[in-house]
Amino acid sequence: MNATVGRGPTVRRYESTQGETVADRRRLQAAKDDLVFMGPGFLFFAVIVLISFVMGIFYSFTEWNGVNREPVWIGFQNYVTVFQGDSQAAVAAMFTLRFTVVSVIVSNVLAFFLAFALVLPLKSSRVMRTLIFLPNVIGGIILGFVWRFIFTNSIPTLGDISGIGLFNLPWLGTPGTGFWGSVIVFVWQRTGYLMVIYIAALVGIDEHLLEAARIDGASGAAILRRVIIPLVVPAITVCVFLALSWTTKMFDVIFSLTNGGPFGSTETFAMNIYFEAFQYNSYGLGSAKAVLFFIVVASISTAQVLITKRWEVEA
Amino acid sequence: MTPTQTRYVRTYLVVEIIIILVGLLFLAPFYFVLANAVKPFGAIIENAASFPETFYWQNFAEAWRVVQFPRVLMNSLIVTSFSIGGMVIMGAMAAWRMVRRPHWVSRSMFVLYVAAMVIPFQSVMIPMVKVASVLNMINTRYGVIMIYFGFGMPLTVFLLHGFVKSVPRELEESAYIDGCTTWQSFFRIVLPLLQTMVVTVIILQTLWIWNDFLLPLLVLFRRGLHTIPLGIFRFFGQYMDQWGGALATLTMGMVPIVAFFLSLQKYIISGVTSGSVKG
Repeated sequence: MNATVGRGPTVRRYESTQGETVADRRRLQAAKDDLVFMGPGFLFFAVIVLISFVMGIFYSFTEWNGVNREPVWIGFQNYVTVFQGDSQAAVAAMFTLRFTVVSVIVSNVLAFFLAFALVLPLKSSRVMRTLIFLPNVIGGIILGFVWRFIFTNSIPTLGDISGIGLFNLPWLGTPGTGFWGSVIVFVWQRTGYLMVIYIAALVGIDEHLLEAARIDGASGAAILRRVIIPLVVPAITVCVFLALSWTTKMFDVIFSLTNGGPFGSTETFAMNIYFEAFQYNSYGLGSAKAVLFFIVVASISTAQVLITKRWEVEA
Repeated sequence: MTPTQTRYVRTYLVVEIIIILVGLLFLAPFYFVLANAVKPFGAIIENAASFPETFYWQNFAEAWRVVQFPRVLMNSLIVTSFSIGGMVIMGAMAAWRMVRRPHWVSRSMFVLYVAAMVIPFQSVMIPMVKVASVLNMINTRYGVIMIYFGFGMPLTVFLLHGFVKSVPRELEESAYIDGCTTWQSFFRIVLPLLQTMVVTVIILQTLWIWNDFLLPLLVLFRRGLHTIPLGIFRFFGQYMDQWGGALATLTMGMVPIVAFFLSLQKYIISGVTSGSVKG
C-alpha cells in the first residue's frame, strides 16, 4: 500500500520530466533545422545584398575616393551635386527615360501582334517562335558588338548598293541615330521574350468566349478590344514589368554598342553610376546616384504593377 | 469550300508571308556576323553585306588563341553551374522550410527576399565590391560564385516558395511518422516534387549568369578567370578595328548558349512563361 502510494507520484514525475525533455528536444531540433535550412542562403543574401544596400545609403552621404581613404561625412552634398552640378547625370537620366518609354511601348506592341499572328495555325509558327526568341539567350555584350558591326559596316554597305536613304544615315554617329539604334537593338533582343508570354496568355483564352462574342455579332476589332485585350491584361502587367526592369537598368548592350557615345548622348543612368564610381573613383557621388536610381526604379515598377493590376478582369 | 473558309485561308497565307519576312529580319544580324566572320579583313571593308566568296578560317584560329577560348568557356561553365547548383539547393531548402514553418523569423526573411527583388544591381554594386574585397571574394572563382548566391537567392526563393504551397503536406507527414528526419524527407520526398519549378529556376538563372557582364567585370580582374562575356570585352578592347577576328570571337561566344537553347528549347520557353507569370 505504502509502496503503491509512493510509486504513483514517482511515475508521474518520471513521465512529466520525460515529456518536457522530449518537447524541448523537439523544439531544439526544429530550431536547428530552421537554421540549417534557411540559414545558409540567407547569410549570403544578407552579406552581399542587404549589407551592401545599407552601406550604400551611408556612403551616399560621404566623400569617398576609393579604398585607401576613409569616407568623410558631408551630409546631402552629393545629392545637391547630382541635381545641380552634374549635367552628364541629367543627360543620362533623360536618355534612360526616353529610351524606356519608347522601347517598352514598341517592344510590347510588336510582341503582342507577333503573338497574335503566331497563335494562328501557320505552317512556320514553331520555327518563327524559336527564331524570334533566339536573341534573348545571347549575352548583351555580344549583341551590342554584333550590332555595332552591323550599324557601322553592313548597313553602310547596303546603303551604297541600294541607295536607300535610311541605310545611308550616319548610324550611331549622331545622338539621334544613337538613340534609335539602341531602341532597335533592344526591340530585336527582347521582343521574343515578351511574345512568348503573350502567346501563352492568348492560348489560354477560353474559345467559348470568342465564339459567344462572334455569335453576338461582334466585329474582329471589337473582339480584340473588348474580349481579348481585357483577358490578357495579366500578361500585359508581366510584360510591361519585365520590359521596364530591362530598360531602366540597361547597361551591357549599350556599353558595347555605343559605349555611351557620341558625346555621352546614349549613356544610360546605370552606366553613369558605373563611370562615376569605377572610372572617376567618386564612390560617394556614385552611391548617391545609386540610391536615387533605386528610389526611381523601385517606385516606377511598384506603381506600374499596382496600376495594371487594377485593369485585370475575371473571365 | 464556303467563301468564308477561302477568305480565312487567304488571310492566313498573307499573315504567314509577313511573319516569315519578320523572321528573316530577326535572323539578318546573325547572317551579317557569320558571313563576315569568314572573310579576310579587306573583303569586309569592301563589302560587309555580301555572301563570302572564299572561307577564310584564319579568323577563328586567331580568335580562339587570343581569347583563350577553352579557358573562358571553362570559367563560364564552372561559375554558372556552381552558382546555380548552390542557389537552387539553398533556395529550395529555405523556401520549403518557410512555407512549412511560418513564424516571425521565416516570414520576415521572405518579406526581405521579395523586397530585395526591386533593388537594381547597380544600386548596390559600389559597396558590394567593398564587401567582397573585405571578405577576399575578389579575383577568385569561389568568391564570384558566393556573390551570385547572394544575388540569386531572392528570385529562387520567391519562385519555389510559390510552388511549395502546391505540394501536398501529407507525404511529408507520413514520411515523418515512418521515422524520416527533416533532412531525409526534404531530399527524398520534397525535392523530387519540386522538379518542375527547379527546372524553371535553373533556366532563368542560367540565362542571367551565363550572359552576365557587369558583376564579373567588377570582381574578376585576372585574365585567367575571365568568363565568356569578359573575354570578348577584353578582346574588343585590344583589337577594336580588326572585325574579322572580332566577329569570329562573337560567333564562338554565341555557339554554346545557342546550342543549349536549341537542344532544350521546349523547357526554356515553358520555363520563361511559368517563371514570369509568377514573377
